[in-house]
Amino acid sequence: MPFDFDAVQINRVSRHFGRRRALSNVSLTLRAGDIVGLLGPNGAGKSTLISVLATLAMPTSGDVRYGGRLSREIGAPLRDRIGLLAHELYLYPELSARQNLDFFARIYGIDPVTTVPAALDRANLADRADDDVQGFSRGMRQRLALERALLHKPRLVLFDEPFTGLDDAAVSIVSRRLQSLAAEGTIVVLATHDLDVADGLVTRVALVRGGRLLADEPAPAGLRSRYRSAIGAA
Amino acid sequence: MFLRTSLLVLRKDFAIEVKTLEIVMTTLFFAVACVLVFSFAFVKEGQAPPDAAPAILWIAVAFSGTLALGRTFERERYAETLRALLLAPAPRPALYVGKLLGIVVLLALDELILVPLIAFLFGAPMFVRPLLLAAFLACGTTAFAAVGTLFAAMLMRSRTRDVLLPILLYPVTVPVIICGVRGTAALLSTPPDEPTAKMWLAILFAMDVVFVTLALWTFEPLMSE
Repeated sequence: MPFDFDAVQINRVSRHFGRRRALSNVSLTLRAGDIVGLLGPNGAGKSTLISVLATLAMPTSGDVRYGGRLSREIGAPLRDRIGLLAHELYLYPELSARQNLDFFARIYGIDPVTTVPAALDRANLADRADDDVQGFSRGMRQRLALERALLHKPRLVLFDEPFTGLDDAAVSIVSRRLQSLAAEGTIVVLATHDLDVADGLVTRVALVRGGRLLADEPAPAGLRSRYRSAIGAA
Repeated sequence: MFLRTSLLVLRKDFAIEVKTLEIVMTTLFFAVACVLVFSFAFVKEGQAPPDAAPAILWIAVAFSGTLALGRTFERERYAETLRALLLAPAPRPALYVGKLLGIVVLLALDELILVPLIAFLFGAPMFVRPLLLAAFLACGTTAFAAVGTLFAAMLMRSRTRDVLLPILLYPVTVPVIICGVRGTAALLSTPPDEPTAKMWLAILFAMDVVFVTLALWTFEPLMSE
């Protein structure tokens, strides 16, 4: 039976790069159905926390438990349950949209024959499926990257600044997709400093600054003023 | 799962190369230019100095290999696709093997052009023991690429990777190049000194085993941030 979990516990996680402390003693619990907004200014430690959650970076101290188990105990089956979309889109620009999705589907052990055309449809790129990604606009690439990250139906979806460079229409497409994922029981973590997009989308907010978690609370009405009061006061 | 992942990575790199021909053309052009320059310098009145051909063959392989290593990983760095590969549930050492196979195949294509070119320009009897020569090139290229692939992957996030790669790579691979040159020289002598050539080939094979094993063992921890 494939590994699965419905909560992620971050326990007193610190991550240092030499003398720089990117994360200090962060504790947080993420639950299925949450859209957690990881909010903070540039250099707050959002991307480092995303990397730690994605198992791409090891904590210097503390641990992350997925359904009560450590990542090193689970290994590859855990990575099969995580999807990551970062500012860099993790797509090969020299390959076509179809070739990109086909490659990643096979790497995840998924049958590309059924999944790839469906993903291309969802990305609204069926008519450009055989065009090279390097000829795509930022919005088209972003939609394709989103489908690439979700091909294997992950339980934990990590988005690091996914709205950068997107127009309003593309932002609303991505936002709707996040909401539908959460409704299906996916744990969604959204790291952003775009408060306008996060407001009304996230169900919980984790405010970080200088590598420290300042607040972990249900998304308040008036996110911007709450952000200002928490971040400005820190 | 392991082999399937390696072959998928190889196939993906091959698909990109077929579209762009970027690495094949640049490494081949560089290697051929290297051999031509040496031939202009060393071949006088149709006579090349003894043992020049094996040295030039391995220099061309090493230099063009370094170029190929840098470019192959530049592709993975450009859109951070290596992170996506590391996040996949596939065994991480299989990704290393896939990249290694890609470099070996690419250098084998270069060698297919280089060997007859050197035979022609330097009058070297390259085809007297073709199977032994092929074994030398296969073992030497694998050992060089095994170390190079690991170092190139490690240096992907370094801003000075283009400078650091040869600085790290050549000291470790000098024994490979020495074995390749001495063994190929023994093979090209008249008559071919097969026992000596086979001794060097055995050493090269041992280096393959050591370098590939060490790289498979260290790839995953080295790739963790």
